[in-house]
Amino acid sequence: MQILDRRLNPSGRSLPNRQRFLRRAKSLVQEAVRDASAKRDIRSADEGGEVSIPLHGIREPSFHLGQGGTRDHVLPGNKEYREGDEIQRPPSGGGGGGSEGSPDGSGEDTFRFVLSREEFLSLFLDDLELPDMAKRRLVDGADPVWHRAGYSVSGSPANLSLPRTMRNSLSRRIALRRPKPEEVEALEAEIAALEGQPEHAERVLTLRAELERQLLRARRIPYIDPIDVRYRRFEPSPRPVAQAVMFCLMDVSGSMTEDMKDLAKRFYTLLYLFLQRRYKHVELVFIRHTHEASEVDEETFFHSRETGGTLVSTALEEMRKVVADRFPPAEWNIYAAQASDGDNAAGDSQKTARLLVDTILPACQYYAYIEVGREGEHGIPGFPRGPTDLWRTYEALVNAGAPLAMKKVRHRREIFPVFRELFAKRGVTEGASA
Amino acid sequence: MNVIVKPEDRLLYQGADWDFDTLMRIHDACEEIAGKELGLSWYPNRIEVISAEQMLDAYASTGLPLFYRHWSFGKHFAQHEALYRKGLRGLAYEIVINSDPCVSYVMEENTTTLQALVIAHAAFGHNHFFKNNELFRQWTDAKGILDYLEFAKSYVQSCEEQHGEAAVERVLDSAHALMNYGVHRHRRRAPDLMSEQKRERERREHDERMFNVLWSTLPEKASVPAAKGEEERRRTLLQLPQENVLYFLEKSAPRLAPWQREILRIVRNVAQYFYPQRQTKMMNEGCATYTHHRILGRLHERGRISDGHWLEVLHSHSSVIMQPDFDDQRYSGMNPYALGFAMMEDIERICREPTEEDREWFPDFAGCGDPMPVLRHGWAEFRDESFILQFLSPHLMRKLKLFHLVDDSAQPVLRVDAMHDERGYRRLRRALAKQYDPAWSDPDIQVVDVDLGGDRKLILEHRVAAGRLLEEQEARQVLRYLASLWSYDVLLREVDPVTGASLREHAVSPPR
Repeated sequence: MQILDRRLNPSGRSLPNRQRFLRRAKSLVQEAVRDASAKRDIRSADEGGEVSIPLHGIREPSFHLGQGGTRDHVLPGNKEYREGDEIQRPPSGGGGGGSEGSPDGSGEDTFRFVLSREEFLSLFLDDLELPDMAKRRLVDGADPVWHRAGYSVSGSPANLSLPRTMRNSLSRRIALRRPKPEEVEALEAEIAALEGQPEHAERVLTLRAELERQLLRARRIPYIDPIDVRYRRFEPSPRPVAQAVMFCLMDVSGSMTEDMKDLAKRFYTLLYLFLQRRYKHVELVFIRHTHEASEVDEETFFHSRETGGTLVSTALEEMRKVVADRFPPAEWNIYAAQASDGDNAAGDSQKTARLLVDTILPACQYYAYIEVGREGEHGIPGFPRGPTDLWRTYEALVNAGAPLAMKKVRHRREIFPVFRELFAKRGVTEGASA
Repeated sequence: MNVIVKPEDRLLYQGADWDFDTLMRIHDACEEIAGKELGLSWYPNRIEVISAEQMLDAYASTGLPLFYRHWSFGKHFAQHEALYRKGLRGLAYEIVINSDPCVSYVMEENTTTLQALVIAHAAFGHNHFFKNNELFRQWTDAKGILDYLEFAKSYVQSCEEQHGEAAVERVLDSAHALMNYGVHRHRRRAPDLMSEQKRERERREHDERMFNVLWSTLPEKASVPAAKGEEERRRTLLQLPQENVLYFLEKSAPRLAPWQREILRIVRNVAQYFYPQRQTKMMNEGCATYTHHRILGRLHERGRISDGHWLEVLHSHSSVIMQPDFDDQRYSGMNPYALGFAMMEDIERICREPTEEDREWFPDFAGCGDPMPVLRHGWAEFRDESFILQFLSPHLMRKLKLFHLVDDSAQPVLRVDAMHDERGYRRLRRALAKQYDPAWSDPDIQVVDVDLGGDRKLILEHRVAAGRLLEEQEARQVLRYLASLWSYDVLLREVDPVTGASLREHAVSPPR
């Protein structure tokens, strides 16, 4: 009799099985994640959650008997039946409740299970990418690739090349005629055989001298000499990386309500998560603007409050400055995402359009504009609200063929789908459509 | 006045918290009763304490402690976990493995009383059954199973490394679909899992030694149409008809690589290992439930378990053996614990206080006084089907109010064929026994022929019983898996065993 405590064994033994399962059901799970993401906001996306997938995609089939034919059921709990009684067939299900629940629950048609946060995000972001990431450049200090480059006479013990070292040692020993152990043994054996026989005394003497000489030689010529030793050599070679920068432009003016700012921030949170997970070499620049714009850090961008008037061109101007300063367009893939409620000071639209067309868009690989609005704002009767100033301005640019993507977001639940549309893998960017 | 309390009469434990010493004391107390009073014999016990997550792990891989990797286990884990987290389903208190030493997993969350229940139930009840039942003795190798699982796991892993996870997964998927048809139902030779690993290594070494590039340059022999007399020879050579489909594929599928054959063999060996469990589920649980009831009852009588804890035992015990009536919402088939325990208790009653009826039905042992020899004999020599045929008494049929319902899809109504009365006892018992016979509940499918001279089509036959055909969609899916292993066309004929007429045919070509 033995009692063992297995509780301390490493947990997660079934993790490889789970990964295999997720891979197997990947397309189904991904669909489910997308469906689920339409219904949730970002904070809960951070937590993972339950998804359900259709069971038919992951069924394990086996031979079963189908409907029809004759079946026997022996059932407990008879109350009124007598032999020969006839009973109406119950409307559905097996006769008289004889349905046998299958052990893996294959009677249901959906399969529900819980995804962790990691799994949820990686499935959600799996087929998204930054479009048109084309410019590559050698960067100093970016992680180099190491590759073999012959042998060297110095190195760390882990890189010792035994075959090379032994080959050198062998050729040196042959060249310098170091006596082999067998030769020494043969001499010793001969001496032992002849010793004590007076007629061979002279021969023994010469043999002894010879043995002496050979042993001395063996001592002088080492088996392995430091000059034999060789190490495998590795050389770093730089690898070109695609450098990218994402500009996050956000309107924080007075016309943006707290709800709108919240929507915009949620969008950027998702963008931030996406870039952090998928791209190592992406810089982020946060710019917020009222009637004046400033580059801020992450913390301020997401958490501090500010209000004022609205001049969109100031943000673009600030972005232009930062680009000119730090991100030469020849070397950087530049992306921008702008969030605003679409209001702009009268007279600024012209300037905004000019800035965009002349300087910003030519430098950018991709420019996304997200207009946040109030929920149900189109539903007020008698107040038909047309497109906003900014929307009209940008729409004209898109119609003229500018590489600009535009989306409207009115509710939290729209953020995930809109985000997916903006960054889905594809050849060409979509045109404006709300 | 001083009362001298003998050490063996003291309470075994107090409260719900336990430690390893308590478990040890409980085990030793149970061991004494199981051995001296019940006359059980068992493999050495090994009790392993695990957490809830580990219990879920064990669930997912059919209760085996170490198993090869496959997505379906991940699926089952996710499913159990979701149900468990939502509180829809509790976990079993224990899992026990038919091995030598016999491993019982107990959950750390269990109270001391539950641990006592589990130890009596699994470590003595199931353990005795595993060691003594003829089916387990014939079909399983308790000594070798743990080592064999270890080998299977590392072998499948090395295949994944060599041939890629996707290729291994394809073979495993196909093999799992046919797992129920990977058992020999009739005796061949005693399984010896110890030598499996050695055999695999020798086969590979032999292949490597014999490999010679020159052979592959020989021109292929032109095919000659087989003579009539050769058919008999071919069928003998291929051991046709063959009920063990996986065995047939392992030996005869023309285009499988050696590692694929080995994987089929692993799945087949595991299926064979589980085969007795399906046939003895009711008896096995009955034996274990009866054992824990006797052992703990005795401990309580001797004052080693307090009255309060005894109530806890009874509470768990009675919820385990709950049998809802057929028209109850909770009904989901016969509860093997309930029927099993009821039969064991009934046998005890017949031995101790038989009625006239019992003397007439069971002249061999009615009134013999000691139920244990009768029960031990039953546990050793029978399986569910034959046990019911032999030991189900009219008394118990009346008590459970059993009745037999015939559902003929050609008729508009269901018919009550037999009930618990003088005219019905024997028919009722036969019908119930049939329900427990896998040969009756599983479709009878065999490999009957293969056209080796021609297009190598594999022909299987389903001998249709009582007009029950296969579920078509799922059957086609399984056949597709089968065809991918066989690599050529597969035909499944559903035939009427009496007339030999073909009722339906499924033809499937392998995926190209």
